[in-house]
This record gives sequence, C-alpha cells and structure tokens, in this order.
Amino acid sequence: MNSNVAMDAEPVIQARNLGLVFQTKDSPVEALKDVNIDIEQGDFVSLIGPSGCGKTTLLRIIASLDKPTAGDITVNGMTPEEARLQRAYGYVFQAASLYPWRTIAGNVKLPLEIMGFSKTEMNERVKKVLDLVHLSGFENKFPWQLSGGMQQRASIARALSFDADILLMDEPFGALDEIVRDHLNEQLLDLWKSTRKTICFVTHSIPEAVYLSTKIVVMSNRPGKVVEVIESSLPRERPLDIRDSPEFIEIAQRVRTGLRMSHSYE
Amino acid sequence: MKSILPITTVSIVIVILWYGFSVVLNSTWTKDQANRAGVEVTFSEILKDTMVQQRPLLPAPHQVIIELWDTTVNKKITSKRSLVYHGWITLSATLLGFVIGTGLGVLLAIGIVHNKAMDYGVMPWIIASQTVPILALAPMIIVVLYSIGLSGLVPKAIISAYLSFFPVSVGMVAGFRCPDPTQMDLLKTYAAKKSQLFWKLRVPISMPYLFTSLKIGVAASLVGAIVGELPTGAVAGLGARLLTGSYYGQTVQIWSALIGSAILAAVLVGFIGLIQKHTLNRMGLAR
Ligand SMILES: Nc1ncnc2c1ncn2[C@@H]1O[C@H](COP(=O)(O)OP(=O)(O)OP(=O)(O)O)[C@@H](O)[C@H]1O
Ligand SMILES: [Mg+2]
Repeated sequence: MNSNVAMDAEPVIQARNLGLVFQTKDSPVEALKDVNIDIEQGDFVSLIGPSGCGKTTLLRIIASLDKPTAGDITVNGMTPEEARLQRAYGYVFQAASLYPWRTIAGNVKLPLEIMGFSKTEMNERVKKVLDLVHLSGFENKFPWQLSGGMQQRASIARALSFDADILLMDEPFGALDEIVRDHLNEQLLDLWKSTRKTICFVTHSIPEAVYLSTKIVVMSNRPGKVVEVIESSLPRERPLDIRDSPEFIEIAQRVRTGLRMSHSYE
Repeated sequence: MKSILPITTVSIVIVILWYGFSVVLNSTWTKDQANRAGVEVTFSEILKDTMVQQRPLLPAPHQVIIELWDTTVNKKITSKRSLVYHGWITLSATLLGFVIGTGLGVLLAIGIVHNKAMDYGVMPWIIASQTVPILALAPMIIVVLYSIGLSGLVPKAIISAYLSFFPVSVGMVAGFRCPDPTQMDLLKTYAAKKSQLFWKLRVPISMPYLFTSLKIGVAASLVGAIVGELPTGAVAGLGARLLTGSYYGQTVQIWSALIGSAILAAVLVGFIGLIQKHTLNRMGLAR
C-alpha cells in the first residue's frame, strides 16, 4: 500500500494530448480532445463541466474501460490496462450498479471474492466499509429494498473494500440529499487524509468540488476539453464551515467563471 | 392462493365441455344401435348410454377417472396392468433424457456465448435439428442404436434428450447474454478472470432463464420418451399403453394414459417450479 514513497516524484495519472472519438452510426463523436492533466499522489481532483463534456469518458479511459484514440496516458507509470490488471483503482459508477441477486454485504464482498481474500478478512472488511458509509444493519437486505442514495453508498463501500490506492468516482453523491451529502463529503475527506489515496471525482456541484479538492479541472463541451485547472489553496484540514470563508468563496467564484466560459463555447 | 378461483373455474368449464362432447360424439353409436334394433330412443336414454359405453368415441370424464383409479390404486405397482408401473418406465427414460438434454443444452450455451465460431457454426444446426419431425426421426434412432446393441431405456432417453436440449440451450444462451455493459465493466475493474465473469455474473443472472428452460425441457423430455415407445411397439410405458389401447379400440385406456401423462408432466413442471420459487426467493429475484 505504501510503496509509493519512491514514486512520489512522478504523477500517478498523466495524460498528454489525450483524445477519444467515438465512431457512431451517423457521425463520429469527439468526446475528448487534447486533454492534458497531471494528478499527483495524494491529490483530490474534481472534474466539473457541463453534461456530455466527457467526464465519464475521461474516467473510463483512466480505468482502461475505454481506449483513447489519440495521445498518451499513464497510470502509476504504466498503461491504464496494466494498472487495471494490478487492481490499482476502485471505481464508483455513475449509477450504483449493484448486483440485484446479491445482498448488500454480498455486493461489497464481490471484489474481495474475486481477489481471493480469506473469509475472515472479507467479513472484517465488509463490516468496516459498511460502517463507514453508515449502512450497518443493512447487510442482508437486497439492493431493491434500499433507497437510491443508500444503494449509491453501498457501491462506494464496495469500491473502498479492497483498499486500492486510487479512487475513481463518477458523481457518487449526485443522488443524495444535502445533509447526507455533507456528511459523506466529510467522511470522504477523512478517508482521503488518513489513507493518502489519490481521488478523481466527478461532480456537478461547485461547492462540493471546492470543498473536497486540491485541484479542480473545469471541462467544456463539444469537443470535451480542459478549459482550466484551478489549484486550491485551502488547507487539507477542512471543517464544513470552511465553506463560508472568503478563500472558499473566491475559489468557487473562479470555478463558476470557468464553467461560464465553457458553456459559452456552445 | 389467489389462483384457486380461476383454476377451479377453468377446470369446471373444461369438465362441462368434455361431458358435452362425450354426449354429442358418443350419441351417434347409441342412435345407430337403436336404429339397427328398430327402437326409438329418448334423449334421456341417449344421455345415459353415452356415459357408460365400453368403447366410446370420447370417454366421459368419470370413466377416465375410474379407470385411472382402478389402474393405479387397485393394482400392484409391479403388475403389467398398473399405470404406476408403466408411468415409472416412461418416467425413468424421461428423467435420464432430461439430465442428458439439460447437460448438453447448458454446455452448448456456454460454448456459444464464449466462442464466436460456435455461435455462427452451431446455432443454425441447433435450430435445424428441431425442424425435423421427431416422429420421423425416432424410429431411425431406435434402429441405429439397436444395431449397436442398445435397446430399452437408453434409446428412449436419447430421443427425449434430443427434444429437451433445445429449449435449454436457446434459453441459456439468452440467459448468459443478459449482463449489461456496466455489470461487465464492474468485473473488469476488478481484473476478474473469464471464469469469474461466468460464475459471478453470467450464472446468477441467467437463473430465471434456467428454470423457465427446465420447465419446457422436462415437458419435452416426457413427450420424447413417449414418442420413443411408439415405433418399437414397446410392451411397457405410457406410450405402450397408448399403442395397445388404440390396437384394441380401448379408448378409455388411451385417455387414461393420456391424462396420466398429463398429470406426470404437471408434477414434473410443478416440482421444478417449487425449486425455482425457492431459489429465486433466496436470490432476492422473486419480488
Ligand atoms: N459508447 C459511446 N458511444 C458513442 N458516444 C458516446 C459513448 N459514450 C459517450 N459518448 C458521447 O461522448 C460524450 C461524452 O460523454 P460522457 O458520458 O463522458 O459525458 P459526461 O461528461 O460524463 O456527462 P454527464 O455529466 O451527463 O454524465 C457525449 O457526447 C456522449 O454522447
Ligand atoms: Mg457522466
């Protein structure tokens, strides 16, 4: 887990002139164009931008679920595919996508079963991550017996269960109410601080992006491009009321301006 | 238990229709007899006679029930006259054929979903196999197997396997192909092996398909076993009862063998239904 001391110097995720054109029946769709990003070990990076600007696509390329048609990308210094085969990341999909025939505990266990953890280890980890997302007591419920937000939390627990160093999260809190969202934001920050994971996080919410991130990547539409990368000056230690500080408001202002620019491209 | 009312209603309607047809069809014989004897028959006499004929065109329901009762409860099950004895002969071939057919069907489905060449190369043959009328094929299978020294149970089981592998393979190909892209992507992010994709995703997601296929398959197996008994002039089995019944014009025997095999099919399908209910309940898939 902590073998990255030596690699501290080189970025965990590095993309150069990355592009992806989907070949569809009527016309090719340029989902990403000339994307350059550097994500360092321990970064919390948010991707924010209008719907359809390629946030999910970028995350999927990092996860080696899609292949870029132009440019280069490395994850942990390897190709995304090699990194995937080494189980370098946990992925939270935009939709919870739990297996309906497995209970909540069974769903969280799925990656552990595949990676060959021992029974006791599995049970310990399941308990730990379900505690973390406040789903203790729902172990034996089936997904359809839970609300959409609870399902999404279960899918976060599933991505956390095997303790990958990188977390790729596609709008994980989109379906949650404000209070639970605040709570999980805090929880996620705690986890990030204590484990020094590298997190790549898609969101539509400016406050969420500013509150969580060390780096905010603002993207624009058609073709999907990075218009601005905003480095946050906020300290790692962030109580919820930091959101009322002038510094916070200033960063939020910059993100908003960036987003306005990206929308005016249309 | 909401199903009780519609089921009884339908059953009652069927029985009433059955009696109606018995009266209509069997009355011809009654009238002929009366004509020959030169006597007039009243409607109530016709009604009475059509219910008790020895060789009715269509036996009345109670005649069939009495025959069923007589040949199951009142006969030793080792007796050649016992329907239980004949039923067991057919059932054993059905079950063996069902096991072979299901195994073959599932194996073919596994091959087809994992191998493009098999998908293109084998699937058309599977479909073609069922366009050949089994009644034409059954005697050939029996003759060929007899020439290599196989007779009795095995040839019948093979015919029943021939009929039952089809619904299972087609159903399971559909079932194994159920996973949507996100469900597959999820396993990809764990770098799951192909075998893990199969056992953790394709198998569980295909369970509802499996049970539906098995229900169709077991009924087809029974038909196969009975058909397999016809061309050899078999001496035992439900098929043999149908055959001897028709040789001697024993319509009551034919109908009781028919109803007997229908009951057997219902029991088999019902049994699979029970397992289905239990399994899907446990998997949270039966809502
Ligand atoms: N498999 C695909 N085939 C063709 N086009 C695709 C495919 N996946 C995505 N696209 C297109 O690529 C573009 C980017 O899609 P993407 O899902 O990455 O957007 P997004 O930023 O995640 O949007 P949202 O915020 O709505 O989730 C869209 O125009 C979309 O239509
Ligand atoms: Mg998206």
